[in-house]
Amino acid sequence: MVEISKKYAVQMRGITKSFGTFKVLDDVELDVKKGTIHAILGENGAGKSTLMNILYGLYSSDSGEIYLNGKLQFLKNTAVAIKSGIGMVHQHFMLVDKFTVIQNIVLGNETTGRFGIIKTRESREKVKEIIDRYGLNVDLNRKVRDLSVGQQQRVEILKALYRGADLLILDEPTAVLTPMEIEDLIRIMGSLVADGKTIIIITHKLKEIKKSAQECTIIRRGKFIDRVKVEDETEKTLAKKMVGREIKLKVDKTPFNPGEEVFSIKNLHVRCCRGIETVKGLSLSIRRGEILGLAGIEGNGQKELIEALLCARHVDSGEIRINGEEIQNTSPGNVLKCGVSAIHADRHKYGIVLDFSVAENAILEKYRDKPYCERGFLNYKERDKFTNKLISEYDIRPKDCKDLLIRELSGGNQQKLVIGREIANEPELLIAVQPTRGLDVGAIEYVHKTLINLRDKNKAILLISLELDEIMDLSDTIAVMYDGAINGVFKSGEADENDIGFLMAGGQENEQCC
Amino acid sequence: MLNSILFAITITLMYSAPLVFAALGGVISEKSGVTNIGIEGMMSIGAFVGASVGYYTGNAWSGLICAGLSGGVLALLHAIASVTFQADQTVSGIAINLIGSGLSMFLSRLFFNGATTTLPVPQKLPKIFGFLGEKYDFINCINLDITVLLSLLAVMFTWFVMYKTKWGLRIRALGEHPAAVDSVGVSVYRARYICVILSGILAGIGGASVTLAIISQFTPTAISGQGFIALAAVIFGKWKPMGAYCACLFFGFAQALVIMLGGGNNAIPTDILAMLPYVMTIIVLMLFVGRSSAPKAAGKPYKKGSR
Repeated sequence: MVEISKKYAVQMRGITKSFGTFKVLDDVELDVKKGTIHAILGENGAGKSTLMNILYGLYSSDSGEIYLNGKLQFLKNTAVAIKSGIGMVHQHFMLVDKFTVIQNIVLGNETTGRFGIIKTRESREKVKEIIDRYGLNVDLNRKVRDLSVGQQQRVEILKALYRGADLLILDEPTAVLTPMEIEDLIRIMGSLVADGKTIIIITHKLKEIKKSAQECTIIRRGKFIDRVKVEDETEKTLAKKMVGREIKLKVDKTPFNPGEEVFSIKNLHVRCCRGIETVKGLSLSIRRGEILGLAGIEGNGQKELIEALLCARHVDSGEIRINGEEIQNTSPGNVLKCGVSAIHADRHKYGIVLDFSVAENAILEKYRDKPYCERGFLNYKERDKFTNKLISEYDIRPKDCKDLLIRELSGGNQQKLVIGREIANEPELLIAVQPTRGLDVGAIEYVHKTLINLRDKNKAILLISLELDEIMDLSDTIAVMYDGAINGVFKSGEADENDIGFLMAGGQENEQCC
Repeated sequence: MLNSILFAITITLMYSAPLVFAALGGVISEKSGVTNIGIEGMMSIGAFVGASVGYYTGNAWSGLICAGLSGGVLALLHAIASVTFQADQTVSGIAINLIGSGLSMFLSRLFFNGATTTLPVPQKLPKIFGFLGEKYDFINCINLDITVLLSLLAVMFTWFVMYKTKWGLRIRALGEHPAAVDSVGVSVYRARYICVILSGILAGIGGASVTLAIISQFTPTAISGQGFIALAAVIFGKWKPMGAYCACLFFGFAQALVIMLGGGNNAIPTDILAMLPYVMTIIVLMLFVGRSSAPKAAGKPYKKGSR
């Protein structure tokens, strides 16, 4: 254990925290050197965010001590933490999207004249100085809802710096960014550290730790595992420490052996709920035994495309065919009948009913069909048989969870149930939208394996993801979506991350990539 | 002709004043993220307390102040239920409505020999040109209740606080993204308590401006739906103080129409006419509810640390 010293911006000792009877953190320690980028690595639910929320004063720990710059501190709430020079950028941004950038930055820390009247001039100058110093360009007068995710993150960083933060905590900062925005963020972090600031990033992405951090603390199931120098480790050794077993980071794939075309989209036009056309003449086709990865930055029409495919949204023109049959503008039930199943990005909103039991969720799509329903009565025996089959086949834990509310399962296990249920439909086409969102390496490995298996069974898969790595690892064919249409199609291995990132940002294929 | 137009304007303003106070309360509470459908109940208790304190002290102003306080106390209950205990805000609001009207009736029977009607106050709230006496016909036509003036001042004051000061910035942020306010070290709970109590005070004053300015006593029907009309005005006015004010004028006009069209040898039965404000409220809600933009977090209890 390291001595308490002024050389460290933060030192935490013996941090323990329970929610109810569940121990989230158990005697965790943390040492972050001043002027460095320190990563906290751990699976989902390992307690990383809880640890940082304790440091930021959002939660109080049951026991343990926090030292800032070698001095014992009691951070009883966020106001105290902010005063002590700690700033936090949350995973879900804490921004009011109806407000302008400057309003968001000054909120809670306004410079005011008489009667509490807000004076923005001084704050503006202060913010502009910070912007120039670290290259955090953003227009102060725009409304936050009109900004890209990357820009919103800058506003969050500005917010922390405006309050005089010397220590910046970034919670999963790269989860929602495009490759280019990630590069930008790493550059900004570099200039902050060069100026003497200290940064802690919470993440489960190994690549970015290797790229940016100097040191890394690994937490597993609420326990401190190790503190390592990043340069001494590889992605593989880090993953092993995080999960506690060997992990395959790359999926093994059998060679690509496509069959005939099962699914096609021709010249599809769809409008979003505000009446603006967001899918503009999109065409696509998928063959048996093929995983087609659709890459693209959020907000380029993916949402409307998916809804149109599932007949949850009206198609203006164009056709969608499965096995030659047109399915556009029919009904979601018909789509299911034609052999299209979907794994939604937001499983809580579309995939499952959180307050239903696991068994009830398992027959959510089939409750009307035999054998789960006979003359209007549910057949619990068949339902439980099917659920237990899914539980054992997909290794859903805990083993005897069929009567538990699905809310009580971890995200990874919820997703396993959804995937198992959809695959049990024996679909011709599986639409997987961000199937690993919010899952950790162990669960990701499992989901990827399952998708590959399905492909090897000669099914077609449409994979829509914002994670470029996932698309590149799994897909046989990669299509890039930009502004409602396909902006380029590659065979796997034909293009690298930069080429695809370039097309995702709207570049043209024949243009020079600079 | 001029006189009857002035008469229409005066009555419109007179009937809109209570609505304006109540709607302002609604705006403040909803902007801070707490739905307050208990406004009706807070108006009832304010109407009763205002009238009875006015009767016993002989001073309408002390009645008005006590009415505000009583509305504030009732609102405190709503705040405890919906902020601290994170109860369903609609259910809590309904309870407040039942308590408000029930309690004022009960207290009335207790203090006024079993009557559900209080005795008239010796002196109503003054009119703005009251000091001139009633000598001039013209002055009488434009002699507005002081509550009309006060309600307009309250609107301007609320607008100023809401859009020019740091407190307003925080209140507006609370209704959109309370976690953001919490994360910069401002207490969500305290701020919401203050806003809900303020809304109760305003609703109480609104209730009293019925029983201390329009009529001079509390009756079981003194407050019959004004609280809900005020809520409709909040929506119609897009959760803005000025917007709510204009909406209240509109609804006030509806109530004025009842007075103006009724009486005389008019063919329309008064029972039908009396429906007018409510029918207009429903029509306005049907036309505007879908389109207006409510504060995003309104009605959702804030739980510290939940995502």
